[in-house]
Amino acid sequence: MALQFTLNGERREVSGVSPTMTVLDYLRENAELTGTKEGCAEGDCGACTIVLAETTDGKPQYKAVNACLLMVPQLDGKHVFTVEGLSASDDLLDPVQDAMVKTDGTQCGFCTPGIIMSLFALRQSDAEVTEGEIHDTLAGNLCRCTGYRPIVEAAREACVAQPDGSALATLDASDSYQKADQTFHTPKSIDEMAKVFAANPEANLLGGGTDLGILVSKEREALSTVIHTGRVAELLQIDETDTDITFGAAVTYTEALPFIERLYPSFATLITRIGSVQIRNVGTIGGNIGNASPIGDTPPCLIALDATLILYSEAGERELPIEEFFLDYRKTDLKAGEFIKAVRIPKLSETQEFRTYKISKRYDQDISAVVGAYRIELEGDAVSDVRIAYGGMAAIPKRGVACEAALIDNAWDLATAMTMLGVVQEDYQPISDHRASKEYRLQVAGNLFQRLYQDLSGVDQTLEVVAV
Amino acid sequence: MDGSQNIVGAAHDKIQHDSAVKHVTGKALYIDDMPSLPGTLEIVLVTSPHAYANIKSIDDADALAQSGVAAVLTAKDIIGHNDIAPIFEGEPAIADSVAEYAGHPVAIVAAETYDQAFNAAKLVKVDYEELTPVLDIQDAMANEQFTYTPPSVTKGDPDAALESASHRLQGEMSCGGQDHFYLEANVALAVPGEDQDMTVYSSTQHPTEVQHGVAHVLGVPSNAVTVEIRRMGGGFGGKESQPTIIAAMAALVAAKTGQPAKLRLRRDEDMIVTGKRHDFEFKYDVGFDDEGRIEGIDIEMAMRSGNVADLSSGVMARSLCHGDNCYYLPNARFRGYPCKTNTVSNTAFRGFGGPQGMIVIETVLEHIAHHLGQSLDEIRKVNYYGQDDRNQTPYGQIINDNIIEELVDRLTGEIDYEGRKKAIEMFNAENKILKKGIAVMPIKFGISFNMPALNQAGALVHVYTDGSVHLNHGGTEMGQGLFTKVAQVVATVFQIDIDNIKISSTRTDKVPNTSATAASAGSDLNGMAAYDAADKIKGRMTGIAARHFDVTEDEIEFRQNCIYAGNESLTFAELAQKTWEARESLSATGFYQTPDLTWDPITCTGSPFYYFSYGVAISEVVIDTLTGESRTLRTDILQDCGKSLNPRVDYGQIEGAFVQGMGWLTSEELVWNDQGQLLTHGPSTYKIPGSRDVPPEFNIHILEDAPNRVPTIFRSKAIGEPPLMLAISVWLAIRDAVRRSGDGSNRPNLNAPATPEAILKAVTEIRA
Repeated sequence: MALQFTLNGERREVSGVSPTMTVLDYLRENAELTGTKEGCAEGDCGACTIVLAETTDGKPQYKAVNACLLMVPQLDGKHVFTVEGLSASDDLLDPVQDAMVKTDGTQCGFCTPGIIMSLFALRQSDAEVTEGEIHDTLAGNLCRCTGYRPIVEAAREACVAQPDGSALATLDASDSYQKADQTFHTPKSIDEMAKVFAANPEANLLGGGTDLGILVSKEREALSTVIHTGRVAELLQIDETDTDITFGAAVTYTEALPFIERLYPSFATLITRIGSVQIRNVGTIGGNIGNASPIGDTPPCLIALDATLILYSEAGERELPIEEFFLDYRKTDLKAGEFIKAVRIPKLSETQEFRTYKISKRYDQDISAVVGAYRIELEGDAVSDVRIAYGGMAAIPKRGVACEAALIDNAWDLATAMTMLGVVQEDYQPISDHRASKEYRLQVAGNLFQRLYQDLSGVDQTLEVVAV
Repeated sequence: MDGSQNIVGAAHDKIQHDSAVKHVTGKALYIDDMPSLPGTLEIVLVTSPHAYANIKSIDDADALAQSGVAAVLTAKDIIGHNDIAPIFEGEPAIADSVAEYAGHPVAIVAAETYDQAFNAAKLVKVDYEELTPVLDIQDAMANEQFTYTPPSVTKGDPDAALESASHRLQGEMSCGGQDHFYLEANVALAVPGEDQDMTVYSSTQHPTEVQHGVAHVLGVPSNAVTVEIRRMGGGFGGKESQPTIIAAMAALVAAKTGQPAKLRLRRDEDMIVTGKRHDFEFKYDVGFDDEGRIEGIDIEMAMRSGNVADLSSGVMARSLCHGDNCYYLPNARFRGYPCKTNTVSNTAFRGFGGPQGMIVIETVLEHIAHHLGQSLDEIRKVNYYGQDDRNQTPYGQIINDNIIEELVDRLTGEIDYEGRKKAIEMFNAENKILKKGIAVMPIKFGISFNMPALNQAGALVHVYTDGSVHLNHGGTEMGQGLFTKVAQVVATVFQIDIDNIKISSTRTDKVPNTSATAASAGSDLNGMAAYDAADKIKGRMTGIAARHFDVTEDEIEFRQNCIYAGNESLTFAELAQKTWEARESLSATGFYQTPDLTWDPITCTGSPFYYFSYGVAISEVVIDTLTGESRTLRTDILQDCGKSLNPRVDYGQIEGAFVQGMGWLTSEELVWNDQGQLLTHGPSTYKIPGSRDVPPEFNIHILEDAPNRVPTIFRSKAIGEPPLMLAISVWLAIRDAVRRSGDGSNRPNLNAPATPEAILKAVTEIRA
């Protein structure tokens, strides 16, 4: 079956291209729209940013995404906008284009199309255009010429313009797409997915493609069977009860964020530092767990929050604590044909506090050197319950049992926090790599207990607070 | 010769970049965006995984057998000479018998599609015999292994001055390299023509050098090769010599197959295969009096040149010429060591050695300040160059345009520097974990290529009979707004609106024998050449107008798109038509050579700079002593642009260069493993600044009423590079914050880049 989408308002039916062709290649080579650029092919520079739109709950939603990491079938049923589609003529520029000209937001112009599209998506949203929102919007767009100041100014001026608000037609999406010996499955229900996966246990599961996309973008791999989780109804659900919240595995960071913001504000701050808007718009909660990276940002938080995973296969469903899911470097407890259905996170009790800290070379859109996550409960001045986990400190996201033991039933004061520097090495023997040395990782992991102490004492002294 | 304000786009007007609308609509074409010609082959490189290895054999049979593969070429297939060296010789385009760095291209695979070439490249079997590499500066220094003869600058008798000085200090420091990270990676498209002709579209700052390199590799004369570039997606020096390698390979495939061929590096390849800013290690020995006035100094400047010299001699010359920054050094010796290593050859990068020279002298002054218990600002004050005396640089040039103290005084006064320092002291007294720091950075940057011969430029201007103008010159557009500025010059000469001027791509067949668009000198050189060309045509048109109106040439005035003689007038187009009818040429070449330059590369003496550009920045930072993270809170800049040709463009250059400099000194860290392989080869691992890293308070002022004292184009000054070095204020402010984290008795042990890890280490040490 052909893929259907609109491209800058024109309806397209596509068949005959490889299902693992990147959208960037499709735009530049097949659609002959060369405004969208390749800057890195790994979703980090944003030069290939385009906007995907669809109507959700009766409202058009415009989302910036990286075309380099997206496979063409992921466009199915969407409205696609590129830089060429924003203005009818040079005299009728979109407000963001006009502002970028007026503020001198372009120099070499190569990053510009991507920046225009990121700002266009912000303009089409209801978000309040604060300085923080602007930086969040631009975190996935690198510019090497301007120093950003004029681009930020353009965002301030233009993104407050009214969203277009015009309705977007709802388009059908196919169940599967095939070219030669490559198949791209888009199951609509969990049982359909389990069945396809059972029949193709070697298939690649594709959530947003922010990790798998690298294989096709940079390694040019022609994956033979891809199962896309993005339209599986059960995997897109968010269920909240009095005691917990459950995110379907295919829920994106962007979709989960409002819930996490309300329930675990510190976790939400971390999520806004995972990748960029472009990454969070497609990257999924399940994907960050399933790829079992030792430097994934959510697993340490989920471990500290005592989350459980619901795993699913044709054989049925099972639930296990997330810390038991990670067996070794990039190795998980998933059986053949089994996949993550959802993650269930207990809500915090009145007396529980949760904090997480991420340390990286750059604040935005950087992979962590260290992530520390702490759920702590105090009784009087003593620690009555605590769960601790770190990322970047071991081959897997790992719970800090020695750290927990050192704190439990002890007085919670600065002196205790400072002794943790000596305890973290009982739990962790990190490696040195290009992100940080093992010495730095250990020192920071230990020092973060002081940050936690300061934080829980209500001392609002962080760079983020001072640097406004 | 200044312009009136009655036309649109005159010199000094604040007009937008000529391509701005094309940029925001996606219509601006870069080389990879050009419509593909039928039969265009895509090229993928085969590179050495080893830092140093003999290439014993290359087996391409499996690769050639793949569908779509047109050619697998190695050094043996090079038709002419396998040498693309920009200054010296013996720098191969493709590694021949020995691979000298991890990433050295050893073969190229061309196929009908990119994916075919990519997959076939994996099948090329290269048999290597690994050798022991020399990977870093220290190893190369120990082996005395250099890419060319180490140069040095000497003035007076530094040894005697060091001996007799009442205070003497020694120290060491280092600064890291930097990847250019232009958003458009290197790319070239070669199209074969008749005879042995080759047209090469190359993303290059130096079309002439690409022309030479391609001609050498193809074994054809220069007149067979035409190089064209309309715009680059960023350059920053990274496209000065490096594109020659890329273009030569594309041209070789095109020559061998008779088909157009494109080589576009992917990001990771670009970072691994092409050169970067030179990292440096310094050792200094300084003698000074009780006030901190330097009497004698000796600095060892060891750079990582990489596997070949490339532009290292130019970079080192500029380091040697900027180790003084703004300070008078009566007795000085700067010893340069271009270390030959088995890493990619480092190359030009905005500042071109200047930043490295400046950062070491600032460190020396800070060391003196610490030793004497004074502030860095006080030590600078006693060391600034004088006006009428104490004004000769170590390399012998007399400075006669020095305004640095005036700039520093103005900016420190305007922002209440003393008050801010007190506020920081209070903040630090109240805060245990966060510590603030503040620092001033004055700069003096020499304008002109260090090598006098390069300071020349050509232009070609046509006026058509409808009054439209075609402008061409040897400068290239990489985003810096050069094309806009030069068009403003021509608009001003003819007194016509800038819309009448067609800006055209740089081509070696229009303006030959050009210099790189580099050394901040693009508008100085090409602006003057275009002025010369336009002025010649204007002279002829003036003669025709005088005859037409029957007046003397003195009475003819070009004004507001018209030509006036008293109350009578012609439009510019009418006069162009009449000039044609009178059979006068409406086309002219223009030429410019920068006057009064001397430089002896052997003794490193002379007056290599036409003038100096000055600037000052003050930055305030905060560091987190638990994690080492830092943020720049505020930066104020006062920059000398002469009488700016286009303040909008110049603001962009100042801001962009500053932020790029911040990246070099903070988050941008190049990491190699012990095998000499680069580990940070994409934006996921190599972190250039993002929008949040820009100081939230960022105030930039261009110095007003400051026309250049020498007659540059409309008295403007170069701007491309100088502000990058103002970012050293951020690094010094971080050092200040680290110092303030301790009790003041120790100096921070912090090199560049000041990553969170480096800062935390320095804080830990200073508190120990």
